[in-house]
Amino acid sequence: MPTLITSLSGWGRYPVQSCELERPERYADLRPDADSVIARGQGRSYGDAALNENGRVLLTERVNRLLEFDAEKGILRAEAGATLAEILDVIAPKGWFLPVTPGTKFVSLGGCVAADVHGKNHHHEGSFGDHVLGIDLILADGSRVTCTPDDNAELFWATVGGMGLTGIIGEVTFKLIPIQSAHMMVRHHAADNLEQLFQHLQNPAIDDRYTVAWMDSLATGKKLGRGIAMCGHHAAAEELPVDIGHAFSTRQKRSRSVPFDLPGWALNPVSIGAFNSFYYQLEEKKQQPFLTGYDPYFYPLDAVGHWNRLYGKRGFVQYQCVVSEPSAFDGIKALLQELSGSRRPSFLAVLKRFGAQGRGLLSFPMAGYTLALDLPIRDDGLFVLLDKLDEIVLQHGGRVYLAKDARLSADSFRAMYPRYAEWLRIKNAVDPQNRFSSSLSRRLGIGGNAT
Amino acid sequence: MSEAVLILGATSAIARATAAAFAARGNALYLASRDEEELRRIAADLRLRYGVEVHYGLFDAEATDTHEAFLKSVVTAMPNLSGMVLAFSYLGDQQAARDFSVGVKVIASNFTGAASILSHCANYFEPLQRGFIIGISSVAGDRGRQSNYVYGAAKGALSLYLQGLRNRLYASGVRVITIKPGFVDTAMTYGLPGLFLVASPQAIGERIVATLSKSADVVYLPWFWRYIMLIIKHIPEPIFKRMKL
Repeated sequence: MPTLITSLSGWGRYPVQSCELERPERYADLRPDADSVIARGQGRSYGDAALNENGRVLLTERVNRLLEFDAEKGILRAEAGATLAEILDVIAPKGWFLPVTPGTKFVSLGGCVAADVHGKNHHHEGSFGDHVLGIDLILADGSRVTCTPDDNAELFWATVGGMGLTGIIGEVTFKLIPIQSAHMMVRHHAADNLEQLFQHLQNPAIDDRYTVAWMDSLATGKKLGRGIAMCGHHAAAEELPVDIGHAFSTRQKRSRSVPFDLPGWALNPVSIGAFNSFYYQLEEKKQQPFLTGYDPYFYPLDAVGHWNRLYGKRGFVQYQCVVSEPSAFDGIKALLQELSGSRRPSFLAVLKRFGAQGRGLLSFPMAGYTLALDLPIRDDGLFVLLDKLDEIVLQHGGRVYLAKDARLSADSFRAMYPRYAEWLRIKNAVDPQNRFSSSLSRRLGIGGNAT
Repeated sequence: MSEAVLILGATSAIARATAAAFAARGNALYLASRDEEELRRIAADLRLRYGVEVHYGLFDAEATDTHEAFLKSVVTAMPNLSGMVLAFSYLGDQQAARDFSVGVKVIASNFTGAASILSHCANYFEPLQRGFIIGISSVAGDRGRQSNYVYGAAKGALSLYLQGLRNRLYASGVRVITIKPGFVDTAMTYGLPGLFLVASPQAIGERIVATLSKSADVVYLPWFWRYIMLIIKHIPEPIFKRMKL
């Protein structure tokens, strides 16, 4: 296979590393042909999960065929390079939807399994891996093995959330959910502070199938944690107005793109503060239920191509952590206080409730609350702040999401992922040479003989 | 049943994109190549995405004695065959120029094999007084260069063959279109140094299908390659022979 040596980064554009890329077009060419190989789908993980400095990166984007769709049972089998966007184009008009979706549809199916992604419905329906029926995995010796929750179950749960380190995910079979329309019925609930926001997220009268909260990350003091809980569900047929036309077609908006890097200072406390106040006042007015398409509801940022350029050339870090249930409120409060004390504004601050931990051994979600922050890299002080946030997360029995991570330490990783030892035993059995490795796995000391 | 199109060499990126563009306008497809697993996967994908009928079968460009039977099986599966796209291409490597045992494969696939299946297709469409033949040649066939002249010679011969075929089939109303792609982002070019203005396979595939609603006979894709090649073809030979191209 011809290869291309080039500088590469994740969606956060930090770090940037030299990697050797190959881009197979045939299924049979999904093979680890180098000493260190990591598969990469759409490159939408933020940090170095799909980077391999001075090693091989196998692009799966052209091995993206949809193979089988059972429109009666709602089961889809597809190659791992297929994106959720491509899948939605086929399934949504036929009355089916993804069981779990992250905040962008421009991710690969393989990436969804490798990072065991979650959506706004984790507290009801778990993470992506909970809906996977089977994975066709290409191992270190090039052989193919089918893993399901019943057959090769250990390898299955080491691969779900396994960050691509057990093998190349070739095909995925998963269950879809039925929908009666392509529209969402959404309702917003404003909260003046963190206490109220937590009450909203815990209140069964407010909660819906999909619930997420946007927070004004710059609000301090009494207003700390002010935000809006956004709750929604797939609109049922009887919820649609009679004049809506076809239930499964939504208006496709033309997407716009950020044409160049914004200067590093463009996002600053003043501009973000102004935006947050504007957004809060705009969104808090939507207290009555309203209909919207699934695209603007699930994928608002997909409407802006290359939005990562907003953070300037140096890139940004998305810090996403979860703190566990009993002290979740104190944990989130401590994180927000540390953040607002640092005067490092986060353009995005999202809070979600998680349901129980799943079976993926390195999966991120666990019962508690997850906070996601987008932090531009202006200087190294950011990394000092993030280390402090790690300590708070650890104090509250939580963890950091590897698919977003670019800077966690190996020690913190081990403390946050107690099932790592069990994962490593399975990894060493199928990949004793640690052939499947990435910049992330080396940084965190994942794989190999270290424990 | 919708009109069917035969795609030869259906597993390449350009062929896959061309097949998708035909499927998007509702055409049924017959996909052919040497790689059965890939055919099965691509066929399943096109059926799911576009809801069209897709058949596939094995085809080896170099096995010219099998071509007549192959075309018969295609027509049996799809009696409403309305056109074909010759999309297979074999670049070989730098050895092709120095080692004729490599070069002969380049010629056997890109020219001899192409001429064989094209003659059978022409004989099929000519009495029907309808149909189209799209041959994917290359800008490399417009002028011989030291870097890939065996491939260039085979593609140049294919372009001439298509030109003659167009002349012959004009009277019977069968369209023959020669496509000359420039650099396209495919497995054939991936990682090669010195490429510029590289087009996506999707853009090429859509343009190929779009040529059917225009009157052009020889189409450079993207369009500006017509002018790049115009300049290259007009460099006087005493100067051209000194250039490192």
